[in-house]
Amino acid sequence: MSEHKMINVYFFSRFERLAHWLQMLLIFTLILTGFEVHGTYALFGYNAAVKIHNSAAIAWIVMFWLFLFWVLTTGEWKHYIPTTKKVFEVVMYYSYGIFIGQAHPVKKCKDAKHNPLQRIVYLVVATIILPIQISTGLLYLLYNSWEGLGLGFLSLRMIAFLHVAGAVIIISFAIVHVYMTTTGHTPMAHIMAMITGWEEVEECAEIEEWETK
Amino acid sequence: MKKMRVNFKFCLWLVLAAVFVLGLSNESSANEAPVAPGIALAKQAKPEEKGSTVDHSKLKQLDKNFKSGDEITKACLECHTEADHQFKKTYHWTWKDPKSEGGKGADSVNNFCISANNMEDPLCIKCHPGWNGKKGEVNCLSCHGQEKFDFAEAFKDIQDVSAVGDKESIEIVKGIQDDVKKAAQDVGAVRRRNCGDCHFKGGGGDGVKHGDLDTSLLKPSRELDVHMGIDGENFDCTRCHTTTSHNIAGRFYGTPAEGRHKSLMDDDQISRISCESCHSATPHKPGVKANDHTDKVACQSCHIPTFARELPTKMYWDWSASGKLKDGKYYSEDGPYGKHTYDTKKGDFVWGKDVVPEYYWYNGTMTDTTVNDIIDPSKPVKLRWPIGTPNAKDSRIFPFKVHVGKQPYDLKGKNFLAPLVSGPKDYWKTLDWEDAFTRGMATLGKTWSGEYGFVDTKYAFPTTHMVVPGENALSCTECHTPANGRLANIEGVYIPGRDRLGYLGYLGWFIILASLAGVLIHAAIRIASSKRRD
Ligand code: HEM
Repeated sequence: MSEHKMINVYFFSRFERLAHWLQMLLIFTLILTGFEVHGTYALFGYNAAVKIHNSAAIAWIVMFWLFLFWVLTTGEWKHYIPTTKKVFEVVMYYSYGIFIGQAHPVKKCKDAKHNPLQRIVYLVVATIILPIQISTGLLYLLYNSWEGLGLGFLSLRMIAFLHVAGAVIIISFAIVHVYMTTTGHTPMAHIMAMITGWEEVEECAEIEEWETK
Repeated sequence: MKKMRVNFKFCLWLVLAAVFVLGLSNESSANEAPVAPGIALAKQAKPEEKGSTVDHSKLKQLDKNFKSGDEITKACLECHTEADHQFKKTYHWTWKDPKSEGGKGADSVNNFCISANNMEDPLCIKCHPGWNGKKGEVNCLSCHGQEKFDFAEAFKDIQDVSAVGDKESIEIVKGIQDDVKKAAQDVGAVRRRNCGDCHFKGGGGDGVKHGDLDTSLLKPSRELDVHMGIDGENFDCTRCHTTTSHNIAGRFYGTPAEGRHKSLMDDDQISRISCESCHSATPHKPGVKANDHTDKVACQSCHIPTFARELPTKMYWDWSASGKLKDGKYYSEDGPYGKHTYDTKKGDFVWGKDVVPEYYWYNGTMTDTTVNDIIDPSKPVKLRWPIGTPNAKDSRIFPFKVHVGKQPYDLKGKNFLAPLVSGPKDYWKTLDWEDAFTRGMATLGKTWSGEYGFVDTKYAFPTTHMVVPGENALSCTECHTPANGRLANIEGVYIPGRDRLGYLGYLGWFIILASLAGVLIHAAIRIASSKRRD
């Protein structure tokens, strides 16, 4: 399929992998219990769902901030710098090129592990969607202290609306995200990378300058 | 770039540990904590048993042969000089609410025996704490007599037997008088039975009126009433219905039991009438979600899952069916729980047991309806209804028994009619509505048009007794459920699990299903196209 040399690259450190799967577990738990609280189904029992949701939420917030700290202090933030370069090509690739066996327009390299589309999506999720979920969740939790915090103008319905809307977007993201992980050079390649840290990719001869700045 | 010294892996394990500890701590700390703060607080408020400093059987004032109730009361007042002045100002005596001008001693109507006819209905007046209605002295013994004793009968016997005048009758009279004296000396603090003689039998029989007050509370189990249970706290009524100058804390008509939402911690002078007085506004263990409910939901809503759990209570009374005879005679029919479902004098009844309350916003006061109010007979008239504003600081969601009735009103004047029912010339003897209305309305200084009909009415009672032990309180899903929850009719609050979020529901499902469909179609094309390429 390609004339380029395939090499094994260590993309994800043990911390990153652990953090990723732990977050996945917590977010999955939050979705499962959150929608029981919403009244969509009965699973754990309402009281248990509330307790699990609240405990998992606190744990996840700590987790999220730790991960953010790690990204900021280790230079990993470079992988999340947004760019418009080649976004169009990447979109074209996923909506057409992938079906006719074209090569990915942006290679996955040690120094640039996310393509431009991933950069934008992950950045939006991490800086907008998840913070909305966390702040509406915290407000939900602090419901009885609103008056004292000067937030008396809030309504629970409004907070619940934003929180559930956020949950829907997160589920939608998760579905597409999980599917996209099967689009590596083999369906399990990306997934194994997040498990072992290693992935076989085409050698990146020259990384383009915009990708590493 | 310089390598960071932060050990992230270590942090991660720390987080993992925190997840576990947090998740479990909710459970374990709740189990380890000795008792919830609200219970600890309430236990502190419990006083030592007070001993009396007087033995009434040693008082010369009470060592007399009393010939009437008034004589006994005069003896009481020799020492308790202010008692009658105090008492005659209270609602227990006036039966008139100073706030609403309503009350059973005034023009208010209910859908049981309808009206006390300005205290001229002989059956109603039996519960007035005077010897002779409102005219004579206060009957101190109706509340302070320690054993039940029928003074009226005793005094009548004394009179009748004395009239005979022979030796034997003098002996008999002496015996009765000794009994009267003993009963008059056997006085003390108010007991359950004293209150219950009237309050357990409101509406003319056991449990008729209030679903949460009946004779099962004389010796209840802890399961029936955690406060009064003889195997529980064993409270007398007056533990919560505290008294100052004979004014007993409690709700009536427009006067709330306690609207201040304070605990004894905030103000040690308040009555103990509200749950909050002794249990505080956050009575549950720290972190328990129920503490977040107390701003909107009254304690009673979860802690009294059903009322009339042991003895039945009347739920429906249709006066319009009364007056039917069988073979020219009065009759009655028995139904479930061994209670009448029909009675010639009164009409049709429905009784209920273990009844789920209705819930409404409530600020501690109720509406009142009198014979003077113009009604709209095209729909059920709410005679007595909770007043409350959703989300207002003074209002909570509160459980109610709702008694439904069908009762007479003036077709022309569009106001309720107040028949006399229980006296020798009244409806139960004559089955003559028109005469009962004419004389009944006259007791209130009113006339009527001469044409009457029957209208559906509703009468709500706040449910506040028969509190269950904590472990039997309602579970979350009784209210937090999308369909047919207990609070399905409650407006003004967002209730998670009950409420949908408008179009977000549809939009949410659309987004999620569209995402799923999108990836599935994408996958299908990928598989198909790669097969073609192979
Ligand atoms: C991926 C993350 C999350 C998802 C998918 C999620 C989902 C949900 C959903 C669907 C509900 C039901 C809302 C309703 O029907 O009113 C809910 C309730 C709630 N969520 Fe979240 N949530 C997440 C994160 C959080 C976080 C971070 C917090 C905050 C600390 C939080 C706190 C709450 C609270 C307090 C409730 C109300 C029920 C309760 O008291 O437990 N959630 N969540």
